[in-house]
Formats: sequence, C-alpha cells, structure tokens
Amino acid sequence: MNPFTYARPATAADAVRMGAAPDTRYLGGGTNLVDLLRETIEHPAALVDVSGLSDAIEERADGSILIGAAVKNTALAEHRAVRTRFPLLSRAIVAGASAQIRNMATVGGNILQRTRCSYFYDEDGARCNKRDPGQGCDAIDGFNRMHAVLGASDACVATHPSDMCVALAALDAVVHLRGANGERRLALNDLHRLPEDHPEFDTVLAPGELITAIELPALAFGANAAYRKVRDRSSYAFALVSVAAVLDVRDGIVHDVRLALGGVAHKPWRAWRAEAALRGRQATEAVFRAAADIELADARPLRDNAFKIALARNAIAATLAGLVHTPGGQA
Amino acid sequence: MPMTITINGSEAPLPADPRVSLLDLLRDHLHLSGAKKGCNQGACGACTVLVDGQRILSCLALAVQYAGRSVVSVEGLAGAGQLHPLQQAFVEHDGFQCGYCTPGQICSAIGMEAELRRGVPSYVTEDVAGAAIALSHDELRERMSGNLCRCGAYNGIVAAIEEHHQSQEAP
Repeated sequence: MNPFTYARPATAADAVRMGAAPDTRYLGGGTNLVDLLRETIEHPAALVDVSGLSDAIEERADGSILIGAAVKNTALAEHRAVRTRFPLLSRAIVAGASAQIRNMATVGGNILQRTRCSYFYDEDGARCNKRDPGQGCDAIDGFNRMHAVLGASDACVATHPSDMCVALAALDAVVHLRGANGERRLALNDLHRLPEDHPEFDTVLAPGELITAIELPALAFGANAAYRKVRDRSSYAFALVSVAAVLDVRDGIVHDVRLALGGVAHKPWRAWRAEAALRGRQATEAVFRAAADIELADARPLRDNAFKIALARNAIAATLAGLVHTPGGQA
Repeated sequence: MPMTITINGSEAPLPADPRVSLLDLLRDHLHLSGAKKGCNQGACGACTVLVDGQRILSCLALAVQYAGRSVVSVEGLAGAGQLHPLQQAFVEHDGFQCGYCTPGQICSAIGMEAELRRGVPSYVTEDVAGAAIALSHDELRERMSGNLCRCGAYNGIVAAIEEHHQSQEAP
C-alpha cells in the first residue's frame, strides 16, 4: 500500500468538505477498497472514513424505507421491514460475498465496489482501460467467461459484481447524494454507467460526491419476489448470471413486474424491455421466454461467454415461473 | 477519536500508520498469532475475528477503523485452563487436520450462532420473513461458506458446530 492519511469525520458535511480535496477516497467497510489499496490499483493520498455516518433504517409513513449509506449489508438484510416488504433485497444481499464480508461492508460501499475483472486487478501483467485509461483491454480477446454480454464496448467488457445492486435496480431505488454543490437524488439505474469510451468511470458521480442514503419507494407487490443467482459453486462466488424479479399476477395476467439482471453488464441491468413485453400478457413460461428474448436481442457474446445468453434466458423464465404459484415464496 | 482498541479484554494502542490491518496488528504488533494470514484478500476466512460479537475478516480491516471497538480473537475464547466448548467440540469431532483454518472457523461459528439467534436470513433460508431459523445442514454449510479448509475437514467441522449449537439451544 502507498501511504495515505486517514480521517473519520463526524458528519456528512465534514466528510464532503474533506472529500473535495484531490486524490481522496471515501472508505466504507473496506472490503473492496483495502484490497485495491494493497494491490496498488487504488493509491489515494487521503482516505475519509464514512463508515461511522448514518446507519439508520427509517420506515416512513408513505411505505418507503430510507437506508443510511453506512448501514452494514447484514443489518439491511436482517431488518424486519426489508425481510417482509422487500424480501428481494434481503435475498440478493445474502447471495453475495460471505457473512464476514457482509458484516463489514456498507450499503454505499457495495454500490461503489469496483469490477472483479481479473485483468483490472493484474496491474503487472495485463492492459486495462478501466485501471489505466487508453492502455487497451486484454479481457476482450482473453479469458472472458465472466464478462459482459450486454452494453459492453470496445474499451471494456467488465461486469458490475454486486448482487445487492441488482435488487436495488429492480426496486427503483433512489440514491441520495451530497457534494460540494449541495444535495441531489438520482435513480440507482442512472447512477452506474455503461463503459463506452470511458470505462474508468463506473458511475456518474462528480468528484467528491458522497452517497448518504438509499431510498426504497413503496412497492405493493414487493413480497412476491425472487433472486436467483447462477455461479460456478453454490456459495461465495460472483454471479455468472443473476435475476431479480418481483411479480404481480392477477387472474393469470401479468399486472406488473420488476426485472433486473446481474453478471451480464457494466452496471446492474434493469430489464425494461422485458418488463414492457410482460405487462398485460399471460403469465406463462412461453411469454416469459419471449420477453427474455426481447431483452437479450442485443446481447453480444465474447469468446468464452456465449453460454451467458442462454443462461440468462433460462434463468429469467424460471425465476418468473417460480413466482406465479408461490406468492411470498422463493423460486 | 479513541487511540486504543480492546483486544481480548485488554486495551492496546492503535498503530500510527493507518495502513496496518487489524490482522497485522494482532499478529505482528501484539504477537497474537491465532488469527491466520491465509489469502490476505478476503477469500479464505482464516483471519476471522469477532468485533463487538460480529465476525469480520481482519485482513480487510484497517486497524484504525476499529478504534474504541472490542475485538476477540481465538486467544480470547478459552477460560482459565479450559477450552471454549466449541474448541472442545472441534477436538472431539476431528474438526481439523493441519489446524491453519481452525481459529477462523471457530470465531466464525460463534459469530454465526449469534446471527442465527437474531434471525439473520441466509441464501438457503426458505422464508426470509419468518421469525426463527433452524440450523439445518444446508443452513450451516451456507453460513460457514466464508471459511475454507484446504484439508477438507468439513465433515468434522460441521459436526463440531452442530453439537455446540445444539448444546446452546438446549433448555
């Protein structure tokens, strides 16, 4: 690790003031950043520890929930209101990492974690546009079994590794931000970006901007939800493909649906096209497959990951089918 | 900000260099070599310790982040001349071969039992909204998946934890 200074501000206002200094990083639970510091992928001059800021989970009268950015992943997954009204989020969180890591990791840090592309980590042996802009990408023609099939570019085929964010994407979560110029709110689906020509930017955050909270808007049918994660071993592994789904079926017809994919793109992938193709249609496996095909029509395989397209199609159909007859249950 | 950290009940000074991990503080500064440096990147669980009763990975923890907190490593579990019951169960069930992962396994299992009592769901929990979660074989294996054992002593590890958990639950 390169040397850095460490500060632990008591308020978000102080944190943002400190975070405005160049070459500063906010530190949450450290489960990703400490590793990146040790590998010298990240080498900031200063760390501002925001893990002691708001860890409150507030249930509001309108049915929404406001989650402080310093809430630990475990604390969010075990919260009663989340488990009963937004079980998708609990399920997605406990699908990720290990219990030890979930006890350390904050919600804000989970959202801002970097890709686990092995070429991004291999500073000595591989080119990476995300790590060193303009250098080139060795993943595109390399071992790319884990990489993106949707929304990738000629500059980057990395995926966003979070499970939690896939649920947040499906649940229309709103991210509360604070920066030097004040506060703003942003849909989680607009926070992460596709790589295009600038994969060094994972998000649209301005320098020094801090995530202070995440808001979950009320969702009446939120209890009928499933998170299906397909991976190389049954626990403690990143997703090949994951599916977050919330489904409202009335009289055999899809009244409403939320659908998002993980492991397939540079950002948590909200399946807007599939949702549009599902609403008002019969809740049958054939309809689910057709909707999945519409979502995946633009998928582009790399050398090693064409299987992800078929896997995503099957996982979408199976996850939705599992929600038709088992309200409140899991797929 | 307090400049000390509590380790197994005793106060210790925090390192001046914020780069020192909690694991290196334990092993290199305080000569508590129970927590192990397996991968040093959060993949193996050998460095697991308890902070205020919660299991964490000390290799990914900057010591300075834990100012004022109370850390228990495997050295803090045994009473005077007597093993912690879970340590005893590991001995009786052959819960190890080389023993390298054992301190992390034991600290992790103690943290896991506390999570279970609180009702923290896992990936294999069928009803995440339910109140009580039974520690089935699948639940135990999923909840302990952050601790690898390269000797493959998993059957003994699971048996030791099951026995200890049952003794805790008994009226």
